[in-house]
Amino acid sequence: MDEDLDIKIGLEVHVQLTALKTKLFCKCSANYRGMPPNTLTCPVCLGHPGALPVLNKKAVEYAIMVALALNSSISPQMLFFRKNYFYVDLPKNFQISQYDKAGGVPLSVGGWVEFSVNGEKKRVRIRRIQLEEDPARLVYPGTITTAPYTLVDFNRAGVALLEIVTEPDIKTPEEAYFFLQKLRSILEHLGVSSENMQGSMRCDANISIKGGARVEIKNISSFKDVYRALQYEIIRQKQQLKHGIATVQETRHWDEDRQITVSLRVKETESDYRYFPEPDLVPVRISEEWIKKIAAQMPELPDARKERFISEYKITEYDATVLTSNKKLADFFEECCKLYPNPKKLANWIMGDLLRNLNETGLDVTQLAITVEQFVDLLKMIDEGIISAKIAKRILREAVRTGKPPRKIVEDEGLLKIDDEEFIAKIVDEVFREFPKAVEDAKKDRRAVNFLVGQVMRKTRGRADPNITNKMILSRLEGK
Amino acid sequence: MHLNRLSCHQLVGKIKTQEVTAVDVVEQVFERIKRVESKIRAFISTFKDDALRRAEAVDKKIKRGEEVGPLAGIPVAIKDNICTRGKLTTCGSKILSNYFPPYDATVIERIEAAGGIVIGKTNMDEFAMGNSTETSFFGCTHNPWDLTRVPGGSSGGSAAALASDETILALGSDTGGSIRCPASFCSVVGLKPTYGLVSRYGLVSYANSLEQIGPMAKDVVDCAILLSVIAGHDPRDSTSAPYPPHDYAKNLRCDIKGIKVGVPKEFFGEGLDEKVEKVVMDSIGVLEDLGASCSETSISYLDYAIPTYYLIAMSEASSNLARFDGLRYGFRAECDGDWNEVFSTTRGEGFGEEVKRRILLGTFALSAGYYDKYYLKALKVRTLIKREFEKALSKFDVLVTPTMPILPFKIGEMIEDPLVMYMIDIDTAPVNLAGVPSISVPCGFVDGLPVGLQIIGGFFEEEKILRVAYAFQEQTGFHLKKPEI
Ligand SMILES: [Zn+2]
Repeated sequence: MDEDLDIKIGLEVHVQLTALKTKLFCKCSANYRGMPPNTLTCPVCLGHPGALPVLNKKAVEYAIMVALALNSSISPQMLFFRKNYFYVDLPKNFQISQYDKAGGVPLSVGGWVEFSVNGEKKRVRIRRIQLEEDPARLVYPGTITTAPYTLVDFNRAGVALLEIVTEPDIKTPEEAYFFLQKLRSILEHLGVSSENMQGSMRCDANISIKGGARVEIKNISSFKDVYRALQYEIIRQKQQLKHGIATVQETRHWDEDRQITVSLRVKETESDYRYFPEPDLVPVRISEEWIKKIAAQMPELPDARKERFISEYKITEYDATVLTSNKKLADFFEECCKLYPNPKKLANWIMGDLLRNLNETGLDVTQLAITVEQFVDLLKMIDEGIISAKIAKRILREAVRTGKPPRKIVEDEGLLKIDDEEFIAKIVDEVFREFPKAVEDAKKDRRAVNFLVGQVMRKTRGRADPNITNKMILSRLEGK
Repeated sequence: MHLNRLSCHQLVGKIKTQEVTAVDVVEQVFERIKRVESKIRAFISTFKDDALRRAEAVDKKIKRGEEVGPLAGIPVAIKDNICTRGKLTTCGSKILSNYFPPYDATVIERIEAAGGIVIGKTNMDEFAMGNSTETSFFGCTHNPWDLTRVPGGSSGGSAAALASDETILALGSDTGGSIRCPASFCSVVGLKPTYGLVSRYGLVSYANSLEQIGPMAKDVVDCAILLSVIAGHDPRDSTSAPYPPHDYAKNLRCDIKGIKVGVPKEFFGEGLDEKVEKVVMDSIGVLEDLGASCSETSISYLDYAIPTYYLIAMSEASSNLARFDGLRYGFRAECDGDWNEVFSTTRGEGFGEEVKRRILLGTFALSAGYYDKYYLKALKVRTLIKREFEKALSKFDVLVTPTMPILPFKIGEMIEDPLVMYMIDIDTAPVNLAGVPSISVPCGFVDGLPVGLQIIGGFFEEEKILRVAYAFQEQTGFHLKKPEI
């Protein structure tokens, strides 16, 4: 329906390279989450007079890894520029960043990310990747528009940030969502960001629809919000166009609480930033040898892993795609495979019940209370005929939520399957006595047998072995 | 004996052999400060108690027979744009008039590790912008040779403190001549090292790509000793050269016979005071007498050096000085309003005229549409000038020029005319564009006012220019003449 609107969406993704442990230009800790404000600072990241930045070489290596993974061409030399503007979150009132004009070159240009949207392949081109320092964090009591004052926490100032800019190749909020999923999976596999990437990826989205100006939505902090913000913007801009109001080029803020975008400022142009080469940092030469060395150390990426899953575990492409969309999920799957010989069954259970439970609880795979061993044990209990699949589902649900080992749940709740024929025979007797009419019916019409089986199950709270029960009822009906 | 009148190399021996104590030296220096400071006003702040404590510690170490460094017990005055932990560092500006840095500059760490004693912070043009120390928020320093005249700038306080024997050694910083100009005007020795030889960590940036911290002293030997202490690689400064420590005082006494001296004719043109020119020509004669072969040479593009220098310096300054907004440290204006208003009012009240002028010009030069026209072009010219120096210095061992084209001028005489003031950097600023080292040594007097001789060398050839300067100094003895205060 949006075909004729020619929607163009480009994303600027900011990824904190928190796996570095330290900031980009000083030795302060980059793991600021949960730390008291302004405790992880030094003269360098506070921009004190006289303090000088020293580049963290490892950050460049991480950035090169990402560039290689996104098929981007790496520049032979890396330069930093100053981006000058006054803002309370910038300790120096300029940001050390990179620039693609005036003799500047970003770390890398070009490249692409391939991903699937509802089974269809989609490719989004990368425009450039660059390295820069994160500003401080502003804390608004209340919302950005109504706060009476602003608090500044400089713990985040100077954390290494990778800016990944796409071409405006994205057409729908859904595509944006899946693009980000894929990007995150790649970054997770590379291990450049901290274990839990929640919050270490932020996004600016540019969106324009036919006949309107380009609107930038700043600082969206989750993928779901990127989806919602884009959806909101498309509707807002469509409405404006319908009423003959031209959209203006502006910067908007995504208000998470109200789920709307609000205008922040009419967009400043690039030229206001007075870019010029950072005189305190010398250019870094990136040799072919260095790149080769880094490439040789690169971990397996999601696409390669997907192919390997298909050939090694003989699962479907769809299953492999879903499993590798999240590094931890893929790791979980592989760990399970080491302990359990049926990858297909594992894939079904992980993608089905496990993911559903995770989604319902809002947990991450790493936050799972159930271990690989316990999960495998659950499947083994089914195979051994100890529990039914139906009961296994219930146990999994409880294990995910409470952290209780499945075998313990089974024992505690007396959920072991009943295959004691004598015991089942006794229940069948009871049912035949209580429902003589149904027995008569069943003799004539085999379809009524299910009712009798159901009654046995009811009396045993689903624990009676259905095969034995079925067989026993049939033989009783035939008068044997 | 007035210990404060002695040089570092004379004093260190006496202190180490316990002929005198470091405490005596420090006390006499502070007595001298007490006596003349009201006339000279070389210091913005002094740290007598702390200095005495450190001197005591040095004396104790010597008594115990422990190792003490090459500056053991020697008072050092520090230009007030070099950060000293917990000690006021103002840059001569109102905006930092209450700033106590939480860290020491690398050079301070090195001086203290060598046993040197920081006695105070010296006056300077605000953020090192000026040639006269008149733009300081704390008032102008007076030239010890004539109290009605400027001491030069921007390291005017350091030079005046040396000339009036208020200290033994001093540090300055040189962006376009800020060490050499006051050295020349006050008849002391000042050296601008090769870019990258001395760490800039802790030097409050004015124009990062041009400036260097450098030693200032009463004679060439002291200058070499102090340089040996502060020079060498610093991992905290990315532009710091991987240069190993070096003893610059060791080979000073070699003669300079056969050394090739180039005299670039462009430095002897329009704007050069005739009397200054005469003194400098005589000095070149002295070098010839010492066995140097002097001949004329040429450095092209010098006409563009001043505009190029100021474009780069102001552009970098406009960005460097953006951090002073009163949010995290320093002066903050009393003002209600949003952060934009607080920033603007603070900066409006905190910065002086000259600083504002340079910030505005620099901002203009970097802004859209002008960047290519001014800043980028300036970088290109800079490269050309650098090549010219490299060319000349491949033919000659050193180049010799006047340090300043004029004599020290009267306080207030030139401050209203910034363009004229900028032009007096003509002999020193090109050296900063090239990045090579250069020293100013006293080379005579005109009507009782000092004249400086500038000796320029190739990259990292500090030893060579110090040797030439030393030979010249020993032959002439101008450094021994003291002003009467
Ligand atoms: Zn830091």
